Amino acid sequence: MMSLLDDFAVRAALAGLGVALATAPLGCFVVWRRMAYFGDATSHAALLGVALALATQLPILAGVLIVALLMALAVTGLTQRRLGQDALLGVLAHGALAAGLVAVSLLPGRRIDLQAYLFGEILAVTRADLAVIWIGAAAVGALLAWRWSALLAATLNRDLAQAAGLKPAREDLVLTLALAITVAVAIKVVGALLIAAMLIIPAAAARPLASSPEVMALWALVLGGVAAFGGLAGSFRFDTPTGPSIVVVAALLFIAAHVYRGLRQRG
Amino acid sequence: MSLIAARGLGLRRDGRSILENVNFSIEKGEIVTIVGPNGSGKSSLLRALIGAMEPDAGRVERMPGLRIGYVPQKLHIDPTLPLTVRRFLSLPRRWPRAALDAALAQAGTADLARRQMTDLSGGQFQRILLARALLGNPHLLILDEATQGLDQPGAASFYRQIEAVRAELGCAVLMVSHDLHVVMAASDRVLCLNGHVCCEGAPEVVADAPEYRALFGSGTQGALALYRHDHHHSHDHDHHHDHTHDHAGRDANP
Repeated sequence: MMSLLDDFAVRAALAGLGVALATAPLGCFVVWRRMAYFGDATSHAALLGVALALATQLPILAGVLIVALLMALAVTGLTQRRLGQDALLGVLAHGALAAGLVAVSLLPGRRIDLQAYLFGEILAVTRADLAVIWIGAAAVGALLAWRWSALLAATLNRDLAQAAGLKPAREDLVLTLALAITVAVAIKVVGALLIAAMLIIPAAAARPLASSPEVMALWALVLGGVAAFGGLAGSFRFDTPTGPSIVVVAALLFIAAHVYRGLRQRG
Repeated sequence: MSLIAARGLGLRRDGRSILENVNFSIEKGEIVTIVGPNGSGKSSLLRALIGAMEPDAGRVERMPGLRIGYVPQKLHIDPTLPLTVRRFLSLPRRWPRAALDAALAQAGTADLARRQMTDLSGGQFQRILLARALLGNPHLLILDEATQGLDQPGAASFYRQIEAVRAELGCAVLMVSHDLHVVMAASDRVLCLNGHVCCEGAPEVVADAPEYRALFGSGTQGALALYRHDHHHSHDHDHHHDHTHDHAGRDANP
């Protein structure tokens, strides 16, 4: 196994799979709760976290985690106060990205590979990165599995959840935390720009194949994994950037799944 | 003791007062209907009772161990969420299969267990919500305009189901409704709300109250008479209201 991990392609594939492990179940909630912009705002803020880390000598992971968490908390708070309209979330998502780009350029005496943070550099994943990704993904998976029923109930209807003795605000916090961790571990693999894509696309592609929430999450995991492998293979074959290639494969799977359902319903 | 009671309850939202000084309680086995114009605080009162809104004044008292079944005003299930009826009923708490089937049967929907929630008609959906509220054998069933979006026969049939459930389980029922003529006839007591309690009492008493007529006109009275039917249960609960109507012998159908 250790000799296998010496191969950068194997490390890349495992990194992609690890990210899919976190984004599959979390992405389902993002889709069910219509929080696409929530994912955007949080992942775009990751770049600001990179700038913070570089300016303060913190590890990148810590900087991204802190800023992503703050952004996710801000978005959650605003949404609860019913200010969370489309436009405001758009302002946060794009504002955070722009602020991150500006902040990175202001760092003195530092020239960083911006492309790597925007689009990921999955081929440069080290063993240490791999450990971080899998620990983070396992934490997200465990968190969501632990709160699964409560999260589903709060997603269905807050009042119903409340009447059943749950605290919907606490479940929001669970998702917020899971999202921040996911962003922090996924930035290396797909980059800040495309993390939200990995949340939404595999989950949306899984929808026509599923008749229960759990099956949909499993399909999202399978499709996310296939997208990671397919994107890697494609980027070797066609010499294309890996992160975007993964997302392209995921989008193709989305189309295929929906065409499949359309054909089955007709035939 | 009452199942649940609001004492001097006041609610505010965005700096605006929604409810002021509401005193209200419901006893075992009673059917109480809340009526009132749009924005009169009906849903807010229910939400405060189930604990989804914190009172800004006064308090809500619940009988210790009180089990509430709540049917929300409307429940939108996002079409991206695949969910069978049976799974929906098991959220957040898992129930034994027998309990699920019993609740579905009580709500008159035994045949829907395997269907997807998003494939149900409006009437079927409301009955599933009712089945859900019945799980766990509640002392008090709370319905927030549960027949919104149903046509007249659909609504009438839904309320007949509620009465059947009450007869079977003996639970109290508290509901908000716009279907005045249907609901008022089936209620033991009506609470007319408009930011505060305007009037309260037996349906025929409230229908005659000047406060009620000021809000709804007198047109519903004929409909009330039309839909009246015999009640087998007694009216021996002691509710009191501030207005001086003559309680006994009043006939809404002269």
